[in-house]
Amino acid sequence: MFDYETLKLIWWVLIGVLLIGFALTDGFDMGAMALMPFVGKTDNERRVAINTIAPHWDGNQVWFITAGGALFAAWPMVYAVAFSGLYWAMLAVLFALFCRPVGFDYRSKLENQQWRSAWDWALFVGGAAPALLFGVAFGNLFLGLPFRLDELLRSTYEGSFFGLLHPFALLAGVVSLSMLSAHGGAWLMLRTDAALHARARIATRLCSLVYLAAFAAAGLWLATGITGMTLVGGIELGGAINPLAKQVSATNAGWMGNYATYPLMRIAPLLGLAGGLIALLGAQLNRGALAFIGSSLAIVGTICTAGFALFPFVFPSSIDPASSLTLWDAASSHKTLGIMLVVVGIFVPLILAYTLWCYTRMWGRLTDQSIEANPHGLY
Amino acid sequence: MISESVVDLSRLQFAITAMYHFLFVPLTLGLAFLLAIMESVYVMTGKQVYKDMVKFWGKLFGINFALGVTTGLTMEFQFGTNWAYYSHYVGDIFGAPLAIEGLMAFFLESTFIGLFFFGWDRLSKVQHLAVTWLVAIGSNMSALWILIANGWMQNPVGAEFNFETMRMELTDFGALLFNPVAQVKFVHTVSAGYVTGAIFVLAISSYYLLKKRDMAFARRSFAIAAVFGLASTISVILLGDESGYEIGDVQKTKLAAIEAEWETEPAPAAFTLFGLPNQQEQRTDYAVKIPYVMGIIATRSLDKEVTGIKDLIAQHEVRIRNGMLAYGLLEQLRSGTKDAATIAAFNVVKQDLGYGLLLKKYTPAVVDASDEQIRQASLDTIPHVATMFWTFRAMVASGFLMLLLFSLAAWASIKRNAENKPWLLRFALYSLPLPWIAAQTGWIVAEHGRQPWSIAEVLPVHLSASSLTPGDVWGSLAALITFYSVLLVIEMYLMIKFSRLGPSSLHTGRYHFERDSAQALTVSGAQHV
Repeated sequence: MFDYETLKLIWWVLIGVLLIGFALTDGFDMGAMALMPFVGKTDNERRVAINTIAPHWDGNQVWFITAGGALFAAWPMVYAVAFSGLYWAMLAVLFALFCRPVGFDYRSKLENQQWRSAWDWALFVGGAAPALLFGVAFGNLFLGLPFRLDELLRSTYEGSFFGLLHPFALLAGVVSLSMLSAHGGAWLMLRTDAALHARARIATRLCSLVYLAAFAAAGLWLATGITGMTLVGGIELGGAINPLAKQVSATNAGWMGNYATYPLMRIAPLLGLAGGLIALLGAQLNRGALAFIGSSLAIVGTICTAGFALFPFVFPSSIDPASSLTLWDAASSHKTLGIMLVVVGIFVPLILAYTLWCYTRMWGRLTDQSIEANPHGLY
Repeated sequence: MISESVVDLSRLQFAITAMYHFLFVPLTLGLAFLLAIMESVYVMTGKQVYKDMVKFWGKLFGINFALGVTTGLTMEFQFGTNWAYYSHYVGDIFGAPLAIEGLMAFFLESTFIGLFFFGWDRLSKVQHLAVTWLVAIGSNMSALWILIANGWMQNPVGAEFNFETMRMELTDFGALLFNPVAQVKFVHTVSAGYVTGAIFVLAISSYYLLKKRDMAFARRSFAIAAVFGLASTISVILLGDESGYEIGDVQKTKLAAIEAEWETEPAPAAFTLFGLPNQQEQRTDYAVKIPYVMGIIATRSLDKEVTGIKDLIAQHEVRIRNGMLAYGLLEQLRSGTKDAATIAAFNVVKQDLGYGLLLKKYTPAVVDASDEQIRQASLDTIPHVATMFWTFRAMVASGFLMLLLFSLAAWASIKRNAENKPWLLRFALYSLPLPWIAAQTGWIVAEHGRQPWSIAEVLPVHLSASSLTPGDVWGSLAALITFYSVLLVIEMYLMIKFSRLGPSSLHTGRYHFERDSAQALTVSGAQHV
């Protein structure tokens, strides 16, 4: 089996994989619902948009739940510090997500227009708010979060929800929202036709443009205006976990250190930009599949860009740099990481296989006629 | 230190959100299997009425499932938001079953549920049947993993405290999986879910039989629910998780509290049928006892004793004093004195560290606790006895009432005369709340009985909470209660509406409200879909 140091690194990759899995799958659910009230003008159009994701959104959402569970299992300290510190942000995400299971199932069970319209806006919130807030949270990682650990490793958080709304973090929120909306728009281009398809195409074009501008702007801001951290020493990569032993210096201009040390990492931001351009091109040429590939690449590129820049940090502290959590000192024990790797190795390929089967079974364009043919069976 | 009110509010929030979640979970567990059984009958016989049953009960299943998913989201993240120190302290062990639950169970259940609802025209009969079974298996596997996690809270096997990382760490994964407490909990809980699903179908079918409509549909639903329910009820009662109560100190304490057994009695102990537990005076007033019964239920033997509360308190006091030693040594280790002698001395007493931590509530330094504080802390190790005593009896009474109901219903199904027994149909209809009463009181027994621990003998609840302000938790509690209440009202509205409408809501043209056009216009007309 792997040594402890290697396992810690593997788990950094795996957490990234789960986050990317979540953003790729649930990302288009959230994006499609963020766009739904605007691209769907009639009740049937909105139902078409909802029913493109109806069979899949619940499975997709499990990527999010599993990422939470995996964080708990592999990085318990991050799970503890992040969710308690970002208490209100986390609750806001949860409350927004509450709207989805009930929104999907209940919306079309009654024919009342007000009922349906209320659920449409609930589904909009359930899509747009998490997409925005995840970005804001990620943005705050670059700024550091105001927490410290005491000698018994209990964390105290000294900020508030409003403290998270730094302009850079809001810009990161725009990156995330526009990226996932472009992804949702591309999905709708693939799965719908007629007027809804045409409006989804416009939305995809617009969101890709916003994404490209915001992603580039965030990169420039980071490079010129924000100072990151460097791990100086005091850490035993393969040793027992002790977050307080390390020394950290705040000298990493723009979190760009890793990109200078490991030039290969520059692929990530380039992939993000290329993905955005391909999504734009796909929308321009009216090729849904191309746009969807583009938005997917943008997601992979963006998440990797953030992860690579922060490496080896995963949850930096702004008030007590030594309390910052890194992949080396926030992990579970050697044994737990090993067991969980085996579990992931067995189940993730299985999950991908049966998920793919479900998508192929349900594939095809949905139209107004599909809704009219089965008004009581569909959402 | 975090304030007592944050701890209490966080406990209240966890209790409310968990109990709320568990309004929907047992119905999902049970209905999923009933749907799979009904669809199996459909595939084997090819009779349309069974397909209609799957679709109609599946519609109600969906209304319930949506809220199960919604409230489940809170549960996955609440350990981090409100129990941060707990998450750090035991995440190495507790996180694993939660992550595995996601990978092994949630994905299966949630990926295939979409095909269950929308795949009727896109899958072959057998493929769709397989999908339905996978949903049922997925939901049951999720119960397995979450109960492995919960079983570990009650009886934390296969783990050890590591002073260097200041947390519990996994030593034996097999012990975590095959924790006997987790196993009995799993069987007991899923069986309770099957009972819930069965009562749900039985009660609503009885309503149709009472109203004399959709008889063929209702009769078959009634029969399947009656037989499935009878088997499940017997399983819940025989495999009651009391059988897991002789393992581990906290389980023993629970048992003594359930029975309000203050003194250790000679085996086999008597069962207190009725009484008024008085915690202040440590006695039970007006006790009505049945000889032998409790000893047999609890220990499955005639010669094992059930330890009484007073003896448990005395044992706990000894462990608290040991725990003070452990805490003192831990402080030395944490401050850098890591010589072999200190480590050896710590290892001798470290299994009592958790008991030492109970004193944190009274004195942050622990080692300077007074005799009075130690006495108080050992009294704290006993949960509120009257609560345990009465919730347990409410659960058992509901269980036996349901056994009676299912026995009568199964007999009537065999005799094919249920529809001629309005009293039985009314009994079934009014029994609808029983499984929920049993499940909720059962969880109070299990989790209130764990107090004052979050992890039995390892970590007290008052140390587990996040460093939040009372305002934070008041705010989230108010928001959750408000939001959940609104959702519950909406859910109940839809559930009642579609239950009243019955299989006519499928719009197949074969059922009551569609055949009677006058009624169809008023009841299932334009506003129903």
